[in-house]
Amino acid sequence: MSRANRPFKNVGEAADARQKQAKKRSLQTVNEHFEPGFNEAAATQVVFKPPVKAPTASLYHRIVVWLLFLILLLPLAGTLLYSLSTSWSATILPDGLTLKWYAALWSDERFLRAFGQSLLVCFGALALSVALILPLMFVVHYHFPKLDTLMNVLILLPFAVPPVVSSVGLLQLYGSGPLAMTGTPWILLGCYFTIALPFMYRAIANNLQAINLRDLMDAAHLLGASTWKAAFLVVLPNLRKGLMVSLFLSFSFLFGEFVFANMLVGTRYETLQVYLNNMRNSSGHFNSALVISYFFFVLVFTWAANRLNRDKA
Amino acid sequence: MSAPSSLRRWLPLLCLLPFALFFLVFQVAPLVWVAVNSLNSPNGWGLGNFEKIFASKFYMQAIKHSLEIAFWSSLFGMAIAILGSYSLRQVDSKLRDFVIAFSNMTSNFAGVPLAFAFIILLGFNGALTLLLIQLGLIESFNLYSKNGLIVLYTYFQIPLGVLLLYPAFDALRQDWRESAALLGAGTWDFWRHIGLPVLTPALLGTFVILLANALGAYATVYYLTTGNFNVLPIRIAAMVSGDISLDPNLASALSMILVGLMVLITAVHQLLLKRSQHVTR
Repeated sequence: MSRANRPFKNVGEAADARQKQAKKRSLQTVNEHFEPGFNEAAATQVVFKPPVKAPTASLYHRIVVWLLFLILLLPLAGTLLYSLSTSWSATILPDGLTLKWYAALWSDERFLRAFGQSLLVCFGALALSVALILPLMFVVHYHFPKLDTLMNVLILLPFAVPPVVSSVGLLQLYGSGPLAMTGTPWILLGCYFTIALPFMYRAIANNLQAINLRDLMDAAHLLGASTWKAAFLVVLPNLRKGLMVSLFLSFSFLFGEFVFANMLVGTRYETLQVYLNNMRNSSGHFNSALVISYFFFVLVFTWAANRLNRDKA
Repeated sequence: MSAPSSLRRWLPLLCLLPFALFFLVFQVAPLVWVAVNSLNSPNGWGLGNFEKIFASKFYMQAIKHSLEIAFWSSLFGMAIAILGSYSLRQVDSKLRDFVIAFSNMTSNFAGVPLAFAFIILLGFNGALTLLLIQLGLIESFNLYSKNGLIVLYTYFQIPLGVLLLYPAFDALRQDWRESAALLGAGTWDFWRHIGLPVLTPALLGTFVILLANALGAYATVYYLTTGNFNVLPIRIAAMVSGDISLDPNLASALSMILVGLMVLITAVHQLLLKRSQHVTR
């Protein structure tokens, strides 16, 4: 009412508006718990920082955080050290350091083939997912917004049904008959699509809400674009970033998928994880080099996703 | 513009078709097959498979192991994640961002590579095992036992727990803490009467997701024990892809029990959530 109160009210509204934006844009809204995190991050820009805490308390928290980091680091660091050591048995520290295990790994033909096949399957599955999910997203959000509720239930299925359970049905249904696919990489494309679906759907849905699809399409129509043209030339470029983030993240866990690959295909089209499993009787150092090489790739892709995600904010 | 109106109406639905087809073939059909054939026993249609499972000590042991490992690993994983995420909120942003990013990355370090890393670290001749024995903290450690698996599972629960719980601590406002202190509440009182009740829905939700995560885990335990440790996913897989005793119908029944357990956990979660006082936040 009174003029004097206006500025304060506006500050509050700005924070509110920002919170809503953050909610819509956040990629990781796989779970409702994420939202407050983004809201907090957005709201801190207007809310005052809490006072500095007592040094003993902050020391405690710092120790806890470092301990957490150490626990998470330990298996990785152990494997890295093992992959770099000449020999390491029955002692706490290795005897010497070498790069020969990496040299052996990266000149091993079977490894290179498995690596290439893993990449091929992952990229293939991601391409398939994009081809299937993008039109779906557009149609659902532009033509049938009510379907979104149904979709949000459907995308829970891949979470609720473990791959082992799906495999039981898949092996029986597609082991023979008109759709015989087990033992070929083709079945993995379909299965990996179901794994990536929930993440890609959520990410793109958030992105779509943030760009205000309906207004964008109406504007494009007014300017004379057809629906196809508007979808490809206006909407798609706006979704690029959310799509890329979800692709990077999906890649990093599809690359590590083992259950489907081992149960449905096995050695007939060996992926990296299956190869690692089949090499269980070879040198531990060699396998360590394999694990570290694998994780390095995952690291690069998650890092890229993180980076992109931060740029977006 | 020139297209007939019926085509214009059907075109969007046509775009849904490829997705629906793939989803049906790779997600719905296998589940339906499993659900139907779980009722298909050698003695005809009925609950024969389930009767056989519940009468068998072997299968009941698999269920018991699965539940025990899932429960304890979720509990420990969550305890560490709670302490960690709470402290993460209190340290400076540089350290926080770094550790959170690292934690998110390690959430992809699971399955076969993780099992392998743990063999190096905590196997019979693992570096950490030897170190702990030399320090006199433990006499021996068997990674390939139930307790070993709980440790291993706990590890992969931590990043997921942090991912889910870290934002949940937003619900706790700094000024509540100060208000409580002003009114004479100690740290314990604050957590007992304010902190925990407010966090309960998030904690329950996270616990459920961790439980489901552990119940369905297969790769880690498969690699570690070459499929010799008796848990549900291992039993299911052995009956459809093993060399001996293939029985897809019995595997389906076990699968339905696994899925049923997950549904049950989710249902209990919903029930508890309704009862907890902070639902209508």
